[in-house]
Amino acid sequence: MLHKEAHLVENIFNTKSLKAEPTRDGYGEGVVEAGKQNKDVVVLCADLAESTRSHWFKETYPERYIELGVAEQNMATVASGLANYGKIPFIASYAAFNPGRNNEQIRTTISLNEVPVKICGMHAGVSVGPDGATHQALEDIALMRVQPNMVVLVPADKEEAKRATIAAATNGKPTYLRFAREKTPVFTTEKTPFEIGKAEVLWEEESPEVAIIGSGPVLYNALLAAHELSEEGIRSIVVNNHTIKPIDEKTIISVAQKARAVVTVEEHQVAGGAGSAVTEVLAQHYPVPIEFVGVKDRFGQSGEPDELIAHYGMDKSAIIEAVKKVIARK
Amino acid sequence: MHLLHEKKIKELEEKANEIRQSLIESLIVAGSGHTAGPLGMADIFTALYFHVLHHDPKNPLMEDRDRLILSNGHIVPIRYAAMAHAGYFPLSELKTLRKFGSKLQGHPERVRLPALESTSGPLGSGLGQAAGIAYGARMDGRRFRVYCVMSDGELQAGNTWESAMFSGVNELHNLTAIIDRNNIQINGMTEDVMPLEPLRAKFESFNWHVIEINGHNIEEFVDAVGEAGAIYERPTVIIAHTIPGKGISDIEFDYSWHGKPPNKEEGERFLKELRTLGGKIKSEHE
Repeated sequence: MLHKEAHLVENIFNTKSLKAEPTRDGYGEGVVEAGKQNKDVVVLCADLAESTRSHWFKETYPERYIELGVAEQNMATVASGLANYGKIPFIASYAAFNPGRNNEQIRTTISLNEVPVKICGMHAGVSVGPDGATHQALEDIALMRVQPNMVVLVPADKEEAKRATIAAATNGKPTYLRFAREKTPVFTTEKTPFEIGKAEVLWEEESPEVAIIGSGPVLYNALLAAHELSEEGIRSIVVNNHTIKPIDEKTIISVAQKARAVVTVEEHQVAGGAGSAVTEVLAQHYPVPIEFVGVKDRFGQSGEPDELIAHYGMDKSAIIEAVKKVIARK
Repeated sequence: MHLLHEKKIKELEEKANEIRQSLIESLIVAGSGHTAGPLGMADIFTALYFHVLHHDPKNPLMEDRDRLILSNGHIVPIRYAAMAHAGYFPLSELKTLRKFGSKLQGHPERVRLPALESTSGPLGSGLGQAAGIAYGARMDGRRFRVYCVMSDGELQAGNTWESAMFSGVNELHNLTAIIDRNNIQINGMTEDVMPLEPLRAKFESFNWHVIEINGHNIEEFVDAVGEAGAIYERPTVIIAHTIPGKGISDIEFDYSWHGKPPNKEEGERFLKELRTLGGKIKSEHE
């Protein structure tokens, strides 16, 4: 059942009645709020103001919006300089280019240089849809989480995306934030706990047989799966692991101890992503059988978001299948 | 910045010679590193730290200091030598260059030595950082200036031109780039590997003010920096024509000295050449 302290929306399993908004909108609203709280917040964008939702900041604080043109490498280096000087720069583009194209500039001039640039990767995952594989970043979490000093955040819905953006503005560290293009259910509320580095249990049943640890909007599919599994008599825990780094070892170990089997869920390559991060913790502290829901060493393609999520095995039924498989391995 | 007079110029030239000696001494002990580029930039780094920059070695992060960004991080030994002579750290620390646990990393790291202002090595990314600092400072009405030292070979990197375009269109007049135009890179002469000319026209077309100087003439360099400070419509680039390995006859113009240090025997010979000003002085006073 839903964890009361998670304060999720009431009609959460009535998918059709839920409000659907993209996580990028959460960034757009969040960065305006961060800019209101601190005049040093600046936004840099590489010719994608509207689709990254940076245009809301541009309209509100035009003097603090910096246009780079189609130049993601320069966006990273200019942001490094701005942060070095004392500003709090958010740099926004599609994740395929930011941190895809400018990975080395981020490594040398932001992570190694330890300056608090906020790298905002938009349109992550196959749910970008018709644009196809070139624009569907599936390796950005891996790229960012291997860099020392980098904080990695993957918000699960628009509300959490907004709060993650506001929180990132004050953490004083290089930070990667991952956002998606497509509208997805808004299932958390202002009351849902959100703290960088703290995973949240959203669903918990007594004597659980599996812990599902998810990151990003596909976490909603994990909740749907848990609900359906419960009706079949399979008890579970669902964890929102929004901070891939620094990862919440305590919560992950604790749910693994309770359930003794884990399924990770993410819209990213399973190699090197959020599931790998969870596995690194459990392999060292509490080894249990693990199944990975995510993209398995393939590129995406054009299509509608829902059909791509189903085709690449990240929908409710794929999660249910992974749960049954991992329980059978116990 | 004060005007130069003949006595000051002579002092700076002598200081540059001392700094070259410290550079060679540190490279001998390091056993790896770059020689030609750092020697070629000895005069400019001396002028920067001993005349041009508004800075305070005892208060290296003072708020209104001029910022010096070194984009081609591999020539950092000359910056370390100039900084040691300026009083940022003891001269003896130069012997730790490239050693385990040293602040003086093979390529510069700001976190280990904050007065370096940035972390660099991978080429082409310094100008963007300098532009970011200049942009931020201008937003806040700050008066300090930002200098970015770059190599000519690194101008082949695309990031440089993205930054040049950004700086030009934003009229970052508080930014001055200094290019070490020594014509060499690892694989040979720049004009053979991947030509950069016409270099002046490239920067002019990106809306930069361009000044070309003899990079070993300290007076010309100081004049160029002064001119850059008087240009309010655009950033300035000083193309400093230098001789790689300047000051040591065996190294001058030889690109094979780009990425290797002198061994002990070579080093002693080079130090002797520097101490005797190429044989002009008979006694070394050793």
